[in-house]
Amino acid sequence: MDMNQYLDIFIEETKEHLQTMNEILLKLESFTYDKDLLNEMFRIAHTIKGMSGTMGYQNIAGLTHEMENVLDLIRNDELKTTEEIVDILFECFDQLEGYITNIEQEGNEGENQSEALIQRLENVRLGKAGGEIEDFQRKTMDEKSFDSLNPLTNIALPEHVQQAAENSRKEGLSTYFIKTSLEEKCMLKSARAYIFINRLERVGEIVYSNPSIEDIEDENFELSFELLLISKEDQDFLEKEVDDISEIESIEFMELRDGQMSPAMDQKPVEVETAAIGNEKENSGKEPSEASAISKKKSEGVNKGKTGKTVRVDIDRLDNLMNLVSELIIIKTRLEDADGKQDAAKVNETTEYLERITTSLHDAVMKVRMVPIERVFNRFPRMVRDLSKDLGKDIQLDMAGKETEVDRTVIDEIGDPLIHLIRNSIDHGIEGPEVRRESGKEINGTVRLEAYPDGNTVVIEVEDDGKGIDVNRVKEKALSKGLITAEQKEQMEDSEAVELLFTPGFSTADQVSDLSGRGVGLDVVKTKIESLGGDIEVTSKHGQGSKSVIRLPLTLAIIQALLVKVDAEKYAIPLNTIKEITTIHKEKIRNIQGNKVALYRNETLPILELAELLRVPPMEKEFEDPEHTVVIIRKGDKTAGIIVDDLIGQQEIVIKSLGKFLNNVEGIAGATILGNGTVALIVDTNSFFRKEGK
Amino acid sequence: MSQTQQYVIFKLEGESYGIPIEYVKTIEKMTEMTRVPNAPEYVEGVINLRGEVVPIINMRKRFDLPVPEEAGDTRTIILELEEISVGMIVDSSSEVLSIEDSAIDQTISLDAAVQDDHIRGIGKIDERMIILLNLYKVLQLEDSEKPA
Repeated sequence: MDMNQYLDIFIEETKEHLQTMNEILLKLESFTYDKDLLNEMFRIAHTIKGMSGTMGYQNIAGLTHEMENVLDLIRNDELKTTEEIVDILFECFDQLEGYITNIEQEGNEGENQSEALIQRLENVRLGKAGGEIEDFQRKTMDEKSFDSLNPLTNIALPEHVQQAAENSRKEGLSTYFIKTSLEEKCMLKSARAYIFINRLERVGEIVYSNPSIEDIEDENFELSFELLLISKEDQDFLEKEVDDISEIESIEFMELRDGQMSPAMDQKPVEVETAAIGNEKENSGKEPSEASAISKKKSEGVNKGKTGKTVRVDIDRLDNLMNLVSELIIIKTRLEDADGKQDAAKVNETTEYLERITTSLHDAVMKVRMVPIERVFNRFPRMVRDLSKDLGKDIQLDMAGKETEVDRTVIDEIGDPLIHLIRNSIDHGIEGPEVRRESGKEINGTVRLEAYPDGNTVVIEVEDDGKGIDVNRVKEKALSKGLITAEQKEQMEDSEAVELLFTPGFSTADQVSDLSGRGVGLDVVKTKIESLGGDIEVTSKHGQGSKSVIRLPLTLAIIQALLVKVDAEKYAIPLNTIKEITTIHKEKIRNIQGNKVALYRNETLPILELAELLRVPPMEKEFEDPEHTVVIIRKGDKTAGIIVDDLIGQQEIVIKSLGKFLNNVEGIAGATILGNGTVALIVDTNSFFRKEGK
Repeated sequence: MSQTQQYVIFKLEGESYGIPIEYVKTIEKMTEMTRVPNAPEYVEGVINLRGEVVPIINMRKRFDLPVPEEAGDTRTIILELEEISVGMIVDSSSEVLSIEDSAIDQTISLDAAVQDDHIRGIGKIDERMIILLNLYKVLQLEDSEKPA
């Protein structure tokens, strides 16, 4: 049974479950107790345990198992939710997330780091008063029954049954020996037994029974009967399945290996074993630890490298796509039928129709790539909770527009900049409770996060009601760091001063905390957002808070670009990297220490020749225009001018990758297909700055 | 019982070369090419293959064979190795042959323009010798362990 094909699904689903778990934990913390939430949480832990067990990730299974135990006690009112427990559960959540990340990146869950957590969970579980005894009793009872069964260890099973069990094990199924005793007062023994057997047959196959099924049906047995069940489900699942049948005194499950019975009372090793069997069937007879070690090694070998990126798509969207494609086919047939000259009008009409369909198709495909920004937002409540705890500030996070959709690529990239901004708001923006009370504000601060679509862009706002940016301090800081001159400081507008925050190496925090203020400040945020084709703007009112507005393009696959000509070749320059276009006379370009520089608007502008950078074979020219066409590009606050031969125009282009074979070509970011079917390369202007910086 | 594999045969400077058929996606005529700056010298450029941008390498340049001024009636074999699509320009390609594994000599030092480690073996069929290429080596892909 090869599990690799399920890996992506596993990761995706587990992530979703963890997300829900996170939300529940946050709610649990504020409401302390809600049966529905607890049930939900329990279910998630159980599902993750089941899935990871099947996939052979024992660390996850082990941890979730213990979580499940604790949660079970809580929801049965045998244990109270305390802050300690929630904290532990949060840590468990972090640990699970860590495992999943590891699986995603390395292909295995990594070292077992949850021992301590499991221990703590166990302590919590055993530290309770009432339930403990009960639990203890159950355990001793289990042990007793196990003892009494011991003489049966080498139960004589018919050979064909042993064979069947053996074979099923090779297919990764588990064999259980089930001993069931009915209550003495049970009236319809055979009916009860029948219900019991029937339930089990829904989840597995009963290969053996003692007494025989016929005898059971004829009520030809005492109070107990024994069954051998082959099933792909784990023991917990089976137990649940038959849990609610009444008039049953006891049910004992035992997992069977190599024709021998092994006690399956202690549940943890069973988890390990089922996992090991699922993954490494040949080793099922060996010691569980050994088998799991091997299976782990195997999975390391197989799963090396990252897993692919996936998007979950709403089925309606796919249907829509499918409809459009079928329309496309209809048009194709219509065009085929159309006879050139006679049907000129018809061809025209069809072409127009085709145009409409392609536009809709484009929209539909783009929508498939869109993911709600919820995915990014969802991790913030937890972060804000932790931060406000650490800093002793009371902070509320309001989020709006979670359902706003953005391209998958943007989702992956926007998380870090947002974390940074939120941290800034909490750390630098919102004051401590004392200060807030003195300045007449509500004691708990608010950070507001909102996303909404705006035309072809998506806007994300991060706003806080803190002290805002102290413009004067920013100016002073900039002065002391030599970023501006005293004269500049005097003349500077407030909005310009706010811009200073984006200068590399700027940080205004008086106290350097580990949250922010390490000097890698907002300039990183700005660079990141710009690399996504967006921009960021910060406004602030002293004493009332500050607001950052991020504007991002809806999708990265289609961009606006300027097409330019260099000799006979055409190149596309992304419009968002272009500052302006101008002409500079040849004589104004000076050669300073081997670098071409021009004075432009009283600033020195490094000049690069695109033909040179891209090694375009020179072409004979009839005459040379003394005025060079210069495209001024920017990266952050650096600018440079690149000389091109001719401008073709602005165009919407679809970005295509050059493929893995040519993935690291210098100066080229990708390719696009032009209207005439030829390929034009997209210039990676950022790489020119690296070169120029040398 | 010996295993038989099918190979797409192409010609370069009079020699016959073979590529396992499962790697071959299509064979195309030459179309308009866009030069890729700063790429390896033997990369001729990229083409638009039905909406996909595919890099093309010139096998003559790859094997340091003389490149004629006029390209003539060349063919481009589009290969697909795992996730990599790449086309190779060859002189001509017109047949598919089945070669038994037993008819492949593994180690033979041959005075061809091709470096030894680019060759996986020499297939013999009907008195002809087919040079079977190790595509991973030819394309300079990292994963050279895999049989090509």
